[in-house]
Amino acid sequence: MSEKILETKNLTVNFDGFKALNQLNFSMDVGELRVVIGANGAGKTTFLDAITGKVQPTQGKALFQGKDLRGLSEHGIALGGIGRKFQTPRVYLNLTVRENLDLACNRHKNVFSTLFGRSSSSERRTVAGLLETIDLVAKAELSAELLSHGEKQRLEIGMLVAQSPELLLVDEPVAGLTDEETASVAELLLALAESHSIMVIEHDMEFVRQIARQVTVLHEGAVLCEGSMEEVQNDPRVIEVYLGEPPERDRELPSVG
Amino acid sequence: MTAETSIGTVGRKRQRRQTLLMEGVAVVVIALLLIFAMPALLSGFRLNLLGRFLALAIVALGIDLIWGYTGLLSLGHGIFFALGGYALAMHLQLRTAEGLPDFFTLYGVEELPWFWQPFHSFPFAVVAVILVPSLVAGLFGYLVFRNRIRGVYFSILTQAALLVFFNFFNGQQELINGTNGLKTDTTEIFGVTVGSSQGQLVFYVLTVPLLIATYALCRWLTSGRFGRLLIALRDDESRVRFSGYNPTAFKTLVFAVSGGIAGVGGALYTVQSGIISPAAMEIAFSIEMVIWVAVGGRATLIGGILGALVVNFAKTFLSDQYPEVWLFFLGALFLLVVTILPEGVLGWLRSQGVKQMLGKSKKVSTYSSLEQNPEEERERENTEN
Repeated sequence: MSEKILETKNLTVNFDGFKALNQLNFSMDVGELRVVIGANGAGKTTFLDAITGKVQPTQGKALFQGKDLRGLSEHGIALGGIGRKFQTPRVYLNLTVRENLDLACNRHKNVFSTLFGRSSSSERRTVAGLLETIDLVAKAELSAELLSHGEKQRLEIGMLVAQSPELLLVDEPVAGLTDEETASVAELLLALAESHSIMVIEHDMEFVRQIARQVTVLHEGAVLCEGSMEEVQNDPRVIEVYLGEPPERDRELPSVG
Repeated sequence: MTAETSIGTVGRKRQRRQTLLMEGVAVVVIALLLIFAMPALLSGFRLNLLGRFLALAIVALGIDLIWGYTGLLSLGHGIFFALGGYALAMHLQLRTAEGLPDFFTLYGVEELPWFWQPFHSFPFAVVAVILVPSLVAGLFGYLVFRNRIRGVYFSILTQAALLVFFNFFNGQQELINGTNGLKTDTTEIFGVTVGSSQGQLVFYVLTVPLLIATYALCRWLTSGRFGRLLIALRDDESRVRFSGYNPTAFKTLVFAVSGGIAGVGGALYTVQSGIISPAAMEIAFSIEMVIWVAVGGRATLIGGILGALVVNFAKTFLSDQYPEVWLFFLGALFLLVVTILPEGVLGWLRSQGVKQMLGKSKKVSTYSSLEQNPEEERERENTEN
């Protein structure tokens, strides 16, 4: 059991009678790269909210490395080792790329060590290494508002890694990117997957095919099915949910959901 | 690659040290001018005005710290200003009076209220000038920030708090002389009458290094990691939260510091204007403080100082010549700054300066259509709670 990085048990989130998550049981191994897909309103983002402490579950619980996450604050969970990337790039526009990474990289995040501390040489090395990983060395001293959409996405993923989390939660990292940028993000995530556990939420089937090993399909706040991309694609329930038609009519998923 | 980066770092460090040195020299020159040249050049009355406005510039620095850098628009800094002023005025009253300060007898009070007692001590009063306002600000800030009250709601709450304090101080004749306030110009300290020209010169000279110390403090706070975190809080608080920082702690600290700064400004202003009364907690005055910073330029520090000086000298001049025009002028100034110079005079100068250096206007290479993506906007709003 201790090998599970993330586990949810009967996780339910109830918004005034609407169950965004309904008895969701999910588990993920250490070192896994998992893709979660699902139609609009399937509860994907609420799922992340419930894990990262933005929303408290009405029932059930989420366990991270066996520890219950209920009642912890967002920053507490982040410090505990879960990094979250938002759907749209959320970087500090008025700071430079390097400063963005440096803030995320800070090992001691309480007030006074942030005030009196300076970035250590190991932190500076981490930042320099990350700049290469996300391919933004040339733009390190530019303020982040001058980056393109795709560069911001990469920067935010870099900031996530700078936190040195055990688990990365990545919400739609390729929304609004060109094919080329999508491919570079896919490459980045695959490289990171070698040393991190990653959960990616995505709509873009082409992208999912590029990175997916294990796929979970959410539907109406619960897990519909799980398996390899191949299996999931041919599952009649998935096809029905996606297309709203009987399975014998069509066997292809839409390429962009 | 690494070698290149380290060369870049060294170069940047040297450059930063040079700018810092130049800034230090400039500050010293200005300080010497203010301390030695101004008293010789200006009449006592003008010098007193300058001293008062320099005290207000201290307050403006505190406002810039929380508004310009951290994005917290406080409309209630009059509270902290007045608390600082009262702390010093209480000490001066006790020092001069034999037994009870005069006004107490008017209301039939025969024993000194308990909270006046420690103000017999000069060191206590000096500490209280800073600590009382910053503790009040810290407590208020903690309660508000913990509940994630932000933006306009935060501003409204600060103004409401200001009204509460204003009414309380107005109503308490038996405790702190109510509407009449506490006078300081006839009091004595170390054998000098506060209101005498000699006393006023001392307070003027004292204001200058305190302004510089406050400036240095703000410069230190806004540079380095802490300063970048303040900017990050202003730009995207939930990103900060999900990066593992606790925004409440940072905002509480910076709000408390800003309150303490306002207290120092309030105390220096009080001794140079001769009185502190609940009028310092009128709504308009606290809004004026914000206007100084808006005019000078947010998140520039120097802009706050210049804004406080310019607006207040304009106020003195205009309300001398055309007393009925001043409020209209203030309103017009605010509109002008908001519509034409949203970054204030200094911010405008800086951005123009950057353009001239590059020889062209800078191009922004983001996809503007994505910037205005309604879905993105909605997500931002949703995650902001």
